[in-house]
Amino acid sequence: MLEHYLSLATKAVFVENIALAFFLGMCSFLAVSKKVSTAIGLGAAVIFVLAITVPLNQVLYGAFLKQGSLDWLGLPDINLGFLTYLTLIGTIAAVVQIVEMVIDRFSPDLYNALGVFLPLIAVNCAILGAALFMVNRDYTLGEATVFGLGSGVGWAIAIVALAAIREKLRYSNVPESLRGLGITFIVVGLMSLGFMAFSGISL
Amino acid sequence: MKFLRDKLDDLAPLFEKGGKYEKLWPVFDLQSTFLFTTGEVTRTASHLRDGTDMKRLMVTVVVALGPCMLMACWNTGYEAMLAIARGAAPLDNWQTGLWQTLGFAFDFKSTFHCIFFGALYWVPIYATVMIAGGIAELIFAVVRSHEINEGFLVTGALLPLTLPATIPLWMVVLGTIFGIVMAKEVFGGVGMNFLNPALTARAFLFFAYPAAMSGDTAWVAANLSGVDTFTGATLLAQAASNAGALANADWWSAFWGWIPGSLGESSAFACLLGAFLLAMSRIGSYRTMAGVALGTFCMALVFNYAGSSTNSMFAVPWYWHMVLGGWAFGMAFMATDPVSSAFTNHGKWFYGFGIGVLVILIRVVNPAYPEGMMLAILFMNMFAPLIDYFVVQGNIRRRLARSAA
Repeated sequence: MLEHYLSLATKAVFVENIALAFFLGMCSFLAVSKKVSTAIGLGAAVIFVLAITVPLNQVLYGAFLKQGSLDWLGLPDINLGFLTYLTLIGTIAAVVQIVEMVIDRFSPDLYNALGVFLPLIAVNCAILGAALFMVNRDYTLGEATVFGLGSGVGWAIAIVALAAIREKLRYSNVPESLRGLGITFIVVGLMSLGFMAFSGISL
Repeated sequence: MKFLRDKLDDLAPLFEKGGKYEKLWPVFDLQSTFLFTTGEVTRTASHLRDGTDMKRLMVTVVVALGPCMLMACWNTGYEAMLAIARGAAPLDNWQTGLWQTLGFAFDFKSTFHCIFFGALYWVPIYATVMIAGGIAELIFAVVRSHEINEGFLVTGALLPLTLPATIPLWMVVLGTIFGIVMAKEVFGGVGMNFLNPALTARAFLFFAYPAAMSGDTAWVAANLSGVDTFTGATLLAQAASNAGALANADWWSAFWGWIPGSLGESSAFACLLGAFLLAMSRIGSYRTMAGVALGTFCMALVFNYAGSSTNSMFAVPWYWHMVLGGWAFGMAFMATDPVSSAFTNHGKWFYGFGIGVLVILIRVVNPAYPEGMMLAILFMNMFAPLIDYFVVQGNIRRRLARSAA
């Protein structure tokens, strides 16, 4: 069992890195990766949000939305599947609000540094993406927790590495027209080439 | 020498600002500073220790690659002729045609024949890399008016050494240009990139044209179809598919390099010679190299201990890992690249160790790639700035604590 969870976590972090293999959550990935310290903050916030929302959504999905899941209410024929997206996003938005208030209370510096991107985690496609992978792959509660945590860690590693590279690139002499987002896209592409090292590992 | 100097001085005004060939200054600068030291010398207190500048440094690396290049020629010829002696047909290409026209025999015992025949494969690939990369480099240098740097000589020597002898030349062109432009020039040239350009080019070719870069047929320059007495696959690939492959193989022949493989990587000995020169001249850091060796050693022991009944790679001992595939070449020349490796001394240990761990991990666990050195180094290149960041932050914190006390 432990082995299963371990391989699931490795897969979520490295093999199917949500930022560099699926290219999810790109907007904040590109926008908040200028400084390592900020990137670490956002990475931690994303880990936290993912580790809470994916299992939470799993519970909600399993209890209310899945075909036949309302059996316990005596309503086996009712399928609330059409509410899936709405519920997933609602849960995510609620959790993000809580995270925002917590960060504002305990680390105003980080709160200011993250700026608009903190509330925007709510619409970060990495978060919704992970929830939808959970639905698609039919994870149990334990798997969902490990997967949520793993995807979060994978995304955080990717953004922190990108931020460190961009700090180094500040001394580079990038052609005028590529400065800013252009070179960042190239860097992300090259990073995903590096992450190809893990593609093909089947656990 | 005097004659050359005078000639260059005569030509100089043409290329300087306002001259007729102002735009071609990088080309002129390349020639003149390659032949002579620069005419500009600091007059006041300076911090130069000796005559080593970027050019000498890069040329030293090319010299360190010398044994590998020689082995590239010899081994390519040797493997091809050995295969032919065992019943394979010579490849149907101009190399074979020229060889037969010249009236030479396919004699794998003759060192001269091996080197000469191998050179027929090595020289075109090397020349292609230099020409294609040189043009890309020149265009950027002229348009962006920076100097052509000798960093290119090193990239241009490293890349062909990692390629199989049978690779089509158009792929070489494509890979070289991708590596030079996307991994180096878009960041502003030598010293400003974060990935090793030669490795990026190699990885690009590996993912774009896997059939030409791996498998049984890529490594030996002879037609092996219909020969079932032996295989042209690398020992590493054989070890991955067959548990007994290494038991029948000779460790010393892998060390000296009498095995199939990429052009320059087959001889661990030639790579070690280069590594020694680099470490002595402090161009390549011994910390990185030691870190790589240590990481490989630890991780291989872990896998040996863990064991596996289905995966024969688990049982491969560390001393085999170090002579197989691109390990020695990567450790000596790719990992130590001063630009893409970690800058801090502590960071180099972590960086090297990470490569050592990853290379074993990829070789053993990932069935898609029997070879892991290239990808392991590329992966750690990506994390080198982060390692440096943490080392520097740690130093700052320690010093703050010290000065506060």
